[in-house]
Amino acid sequence: MKANRSKLEPFYIKDCALIAIATGKRAQNLRELIEHLRAADPKSIYYHFWGGLLRPRFDDPEYHNDFGIWVAHSLHNKILAERLAVIDPVEFDTLEDLRNELIEIIDESLDETEFPTWAKRDDQFEFMEHQIVVFNTMKSVQHPLDFVDVLPRISVGSIFYHFIDGRRRNPNMVDDFRNWLTGFGDKYADLIQMVGEICPYFTPLKELRKELTDVFINYFQDQDS
Amino acid sequence: MNSMLEKYGSITGWDVIEHLRQLARPLKGMRFVHVNSTRVGGGVAEILHKMVPLFNELGINTTWEVISGEPEFYQCTKSFHNAIQGVQVDIPESYLKTYEKTNEQTAQELEAVLKEADVVIIHDPQPAALIDHFPNHKGKWVWRCHIDMSRPFRQVWKYLREFVSRYDASIFSLSDFAQPLPHPIYLIAPSIDPLHEKNVDIELEEIREVQNRFKIDPERPLILQVSRYDRFKDPIGVIHAYKLTKKFIPSLQLVLVGGDAADDPEGEVVLNEVQVAAKDDSDLKVLLLPGDAHRTINALQRASDIVLQKSIKEGFGLTVTEAMWKNKPVIGGDTGGIRIQVVNHHTGFLVNTPEGAALRIRYLLQNSDMMKEMGLKAKEFVRENFLITRHLREYLTLIYALLHGEEERIELK
Repeated sequence: MKANRSKLEPFYIKDCALIAIATGKRAQNLRELIEHLRAADPKSIYYHFWGGLLRPRFDDPEYHNDFGIWVAHSLHNKILAERLAVIDPVEFDTLEDLRNELIEIIDESLDETEFPTWAKRDDQFEFMEHQIVVFNTMKSVQHPLDFVDVLPRISVGSIFYHFIDGRRRNPNMVDDFRNWLTGFGDKYADLIQMVGEICPYFTPLKELRKELTDVFINYFQDQDS
Repeated sequence: MNSMLEKYGSITGWDVIEHLRQLARPLKGMRFVHVNSTRVGGGVAEILHKMVPLFNELGINTTWEVISGEPEFYQCTKSFHNAIQGVQVDIPESYLKTYEKTNEQTAQELEAVLKEADVVIIHDPQPAALIDHFPNHKGKWVWRCHIDMSRPFRQVWKYLREFVSRYDASIFSLSDFAQPLPHPIYLIAPSIDPLHEKNVDIELEEIREVQNRFKIDPERPLILQVSRYDRFKDPIGVIHAYKLTKKFIPSLQLVLVGGDAADDPEGEVVLNEVQVAAKDDSDLKVLLLPGDAHRTINALQRASDIVLQKSIKEGFGLTVTEAMWKNKPVIGGDTGGIRIQVVNHHTGFLVNTPEGAALRIRYLLQNSDMMKEMGLKAKEFVRENFLITRHLREYLTLIYALLHGEEERIELK
């Protein structure tokens, strides 16, 4: 299939790297967790939901955010851990909404608890933040078809920047791929829908890269046939 | 393959190296200085030996300077080190004067280099007071603490904090180690060097030679712990776990490897206890190896079926990282940095007692497929997270963070 080169601005592929920052705020039980959550900078909440994708952390197959992981492993409260783990941050319009949901779920659990458990002193919840450095890779894509070749070779940092971080930068909270494809009008409406069906939260970045690649391959194969 | 980056690329994947090059490009020509207290021995020197040339290869002019002084200076900084780790020490006033004087002299010697640097990284407490002599420094000064500082002895930390507070930022290895300071506190985990003799691939022949040397039967299961003879590393607990397991798996062998404890009276006591506990069992070897026996330890780790690090208190636990890099599942104490690396049922098991360790040893030795799968996962986890290339990437990211203040997203042009 021969690609029609678009007159749109190319899709410039960027990459990013993250550095974690300690805030010095620590929680040893749920009451302390909730107190710090109320006061935490929104970027700290963002970090504990999404930052795990870019920092040294084993992809926990059971609990997908730092709150769930800590409640499960350090407070041994599996019920609350499940309730926290199921929170999908993509569903929330703002980090404030996400914060409120967290507080409500933890508060509810506290209501049900007679004696709140404490974590070991060296196993407290450490509130962290981050800074992200975004840089140009000098690569760009002129046409959506080019993604078939380019996507398998871009870094997981690029996937994070365009597929996850993009949702905070673009109108309607869409990732950079859908945002760019929208510039072609309705032409790629099906492709936009297919990309939108990929869940960014429960999938490690390497798998996200593969899923995105597969979507572009399948879409253009169908167009060919 | 001449360049160091290329050598690492063959291990980490080329995308990692390309990522570093892109990240470093806008920093080309900057002047970067590291200062620590020794060029030989110890983890900091080991990492700087590789990190400095790598920075230079990326186009960042990086030099490495060293502070040195009279014996009293080292006695003082040894006391600092112990105090930071929570030991209550009484440091004589004269030692503190020597410490400050040595820093002043070094500041004079290094004045030109440090004044012109864009970024100065001061490692650990020895050169921390240098900042006192550069009140109007042009570049960004960062204090890098490699020590477990989770419960410092307050009196000494109060003294050191006076200097550390003047830095533009500090770096700790784990969030648990971070202390309140009036500047940003960055977190950068340590790393291992896959090209170091400790970690390079070695031939089976060499492993067999080491097994022969220490009378280890290659046909029988072997468990290993590599660490100082120190109560926090719980070698007695490891022996207890081994004895509990041996009742069910009589062919089991245990090797404990540590350094010579001659200069450490407490270590000598622990070593004696270990030797008593190991008496009359030819399948239990207690080895004392010199500090440079890297290849021997490498071979022992590779010869093992399972590696233990049953610490009661641990900093990061780079011996865990080293074992995981060699495809070994690790049974580790549920403490410190071991928790970040050992993930139950995935890269090993976290345990709290010798009984817990014994149970997991038995479980793994009965499930060789699982052991193999865990080993593979462990190696990949280290490849992605705990190699020197990740460490380098975080240093580069840190430079931008220092130059751009508190912006959450720093977009480079």
